[in-house]
Amino acid sequence: MAMAYMWGGMIVISVLFGLFNGNMEAVSNAALNGARSAIDLSISMAGILCLWSGVMEIMNVCGISTVLARCFRPVLRFLLPKASQDSETVAAVSANISANLLGLGNAATPLGIQAARRMARGCNGVASNELCLLVVLNTASIQLLPTTIASVRAAYGCATPFDILPAVWLSSICSVTVGLLVSWLLSRRKGEHG
Amino acid sequence: MNISSYIIPLLLAIVAIIGMGKRINVYSALTHGAEEGLTVLLRIIPSLVGLLTAVSMFRASGAMEWLSSLCAPLLSLFGIPAEAMPLMLIRPVSGGGALAVASDLLASHGPDSYLGRVAAVMLGSTETTFYTIAVYFGSAGITKTRHTVPAAIAADLTGFFAASFFVRLLFGA
Repeated sequence: MAMAYMWGGMIVISVLFGLFNGNMEAVSNAALNGARSAIDLSISMAGILCLWSGVMEIMNVCGISTVLARCFRPVLRFLLPKASQDSETVAAVSANISANLLGLGNAATPLGIQAARRMARGCNGVASNELCLLVVLNTASIQLLPTTIASVRAAYGCATPFDILPAVWLSSICSVTVGLLVSWLLSRRKGEHG
Repeated sequence: MNISSYIIPLLLAIVAIIGMGKRINVYSALTHGAEEGLTVLLRIIPSLVGLLTAVSMFRASGAMEWLSSLCAPLLSLFGIPAEAMPLMLIRPVSGGGALAVASDLLASHGPDSYLGRVAAVMLGSTETTFYTIAVYFGSAGITKTRHTVPAAIAADLTGFFAASFFVRLLFGA
């Protein structure tokens, strides 16, 4: 529902601004051009997006997810000590994180939900500290190759669409670190939930 | 010869060599993944049409400029370009909306401009926060989310700030 209000709100505000500024003709043209540019953009990014999705799938089939998951076990044992006592939860969380790293969102979400369900058992609808941490990890982007945005950049004529990689990685690291730190600090403040 | 022009061909070659070394049918994996990519794209096209229409109207009417200038003083304090404000507002709520706003910025300022890079890095280093929270807690039957939302928003704000900072640091403003 939130999107309905947001979309409707944008349209109504645009029309009001158009009336007020007397540039309704530009707004009218923009509506038609916007719709067309959505298809232009989709077509010009489709090839690159498909190529990178294919490359990611090859890496996945080669077993890079398993390798990544193995690397993350020790980190998870430190971040989620309680959940780590259940081997199935650890398996789901580490598969969730490696799918996120590879940008396989379709694969990551069901795995994360599976882990969240196991971690939510017997807590009567109140999120535990570790469950909060898992969700915060998933709301922060840790994708190694941001293929969608690279495809959009290429679609607009950028010759080196991946030159933003270092900036993306550094920003992701900062964002994840702050997310984890803030959850840790807030969970200490309200530590009675355990 | 630019070193960065080696990265993509070499990456493709490495993936192909590793795959074939493991006796994997790299070609069928590639096409299977490409099909997956096409499915993802097909699913976002309808919302992209709706949202790019709205975003274009929003910009053409002057509302976008008004919204950006409203937040400019606060944002400039953190070195975040004011034009990125609409992107920051829509990013946590809608992935398709964020893609629409970012591509509007890339189209109007160019993908290699400071603003174009900031928009791309913001998009690459954050997620659709509220959607993710709703999906995870909804399916796990959690009603009391406790400190998840503040922590996730802190992470998003850090991502937005860091995107502006690192693009300025690595590419110049």
